[in-house]
Amino acid sequence: MLEDKLSLQSLIETAQNKNMRFGDLCIELQAAEMGITKEQLLTKMISILEVMESSIEHGLMGEKSKGGLVGGDAKKMRDYIAAEKNVCLVGNLIADTIIMAIAVGEANAGMGKIVAAPTAGSSGVLPAVLFSLAKNNNVARLNLAQALVVAGVIGMVIASRATLSGAEGGCQAECGAAAAMAAGAAVDLLGGSPTEVGHAAAITLKNMLGLVCDPVAGLVEVPCVKRNSGAAVQALAAAQMSLAGIISVIPVDEVIDSMASVGSAMHCSLKETAQGGLAATPTALNWAQKLFGNP
Amino acid sequence: MNLFDVIGPVMIGPSSSHTAGAVRLAKLALAVLGEPVAYANIGLHGSFSQTYKGHGTDLALIAGLLGWNPDDVRIPQAFLYADKAAIRIEFKVIQLGEKAHPNSVRFLLKGAEGQCCTVTGSSIGGGRVLISEIDGFPLAFTGEFPSLLTIHQDKPGVIAQVTSILSRYDVNVAQMKVFRKEKGGLAAMIVETDQLVDEEAWLAVNNLVNVQTVRRIQAI
Ligand code: SF4
Repeated sequence: MLEDKLSLQSLIETAQNKNMRFGDLCIELQAAEMGITKEQLLTKMISILEVMESSIEHGLMGEKSKGGLVGGDAKKMRDYIAAEKNVCLVGNLIADTIIMAIAVGEANAGMGKIVAAPTAGSSGVLPAVLFSLAKNNNVARLNLAQALVVAGVIGMVIASRATLSGAEGGCQAECGAAAAMAAGAAVDLLGGSPTEVGHAAAITLKNMLGLVCDPVAGLVEVPCVKRNSGAAVQALAAAQMSLAGIISVIPVDEVIDSMASVGSAMHCSLKETAQGGLAATPTALNWAQKLFGNP
Repeated sequence: MNLFDVIGPVMIGPSSSHTAGAVRLAKLALAVLGEPVAYANIGLHGSFSQTYKGHGTDLALIAGLLGWNPDDVRIPQAFLYADKAAIRIEFKVIQLGEKAHPNSVRFLLKGAEGQCCTVTGSSIGGGRVLISEIDGFPLAFTGEFPSLLTIHQDKPGVIAQVTSILSRYDVNVAQMKVFRKEKGGLAAMIVETDQLVDEEAWLAVNNLVNVQTVRRIQAI
């Protein structure tokens, strides 16, 4: 890209030196950059949160997708968890996270209205992490809006040092980036320090490094929808580690740079062309044949 | 890139690069044409050509040519609307070479009032786009600002004439870039401005003897 490279580490340092919460610094800088007030920025974020929330609702209606490979799973899991006799293995928070991530993924695949954050394929991760935390921790809307700004700033850094496009960097650049954004946002939301925000983003991205983009039949359905739930849970795991003081040995900017180089080393069959990975399995080729008459 | 490029856009699924970006590319191409589309020949390159049916890229491109936004709930029915508007549309697979971005498209458009143009662009991720060619001129612009495009004689003073008209009409220039194929031939200039250049200023630029065409392009 043409613009200069941003650095998450230098933003974190600034916040620390000024003794600010990372979210407050992000809001201040972003409002100034866009020439709007902090209130206007947060109001805009709240309206985006509303679209996110309604995309969760949309997905929970259980409609089949355009290609017919996905749809109905979010509803299935919600109903399963709701029934008392069934086992909730992962606890309420993670169960909600999984359900919401799948719901938005399914809404997206059904050509519903979603917020690409950072992309449509990975649009389930942030809503799932934010709204499951809100539901289980009694978080105010305004704090969610602040967390969303943190997520956005992390995404901007990733975009400037690497990429947010599956076609250029594989799924690590979409679901991986979304998860890193969500992890940082979660840490800020729960009162973590700026350094902890950075470690959470770094740990998440490290755990998702190398993930390829291999959409079956070229549709943003399989593996995308379930990958959103995996990414959202990765984000919570990293946020939890970071809040406990666990650090990433590799600093976050370097992790992002390595994501960029892994992305460029990735073969083009694994970057959204639907020619490798899961998309090249016999079952996937059958689906492609069935849907479009060509593999 | 700003915050709302990352947390956003609000769009109809399923793919920000293959659906939302495609709407924006086509909308920019429509803006370059400057009148309703009567005929569109749409060439798809790379990942666009391989996976366009699965992502609804074809629907999205048509939606953009109809002037719709990426969050328009009519997008799944775009073919129907194009039919109703009697727009003739053809898709084909093209090769723009190794160096071209994997999500690239080349439009050849004919307008309802006879204007023609070619526009090449790429969807570069997160719904953002980059136009790389108009009417054979290699250039680079994103459509984030209202712009003025001129195709003019590559002669001393022409650029100054254009900018002095703009300043006379109180148009603030954010950025400008000039592109030419060869010295002394035809050149293209993109002037990104703070607000869309009005009709009068446009006419004044259009009347310059050394300016062959001038197009006003709305920000998308
Ligand atoms: S597999 Fe590809 S299309 Fe699907 S979410 Fe990941 S990057 Fe996006």
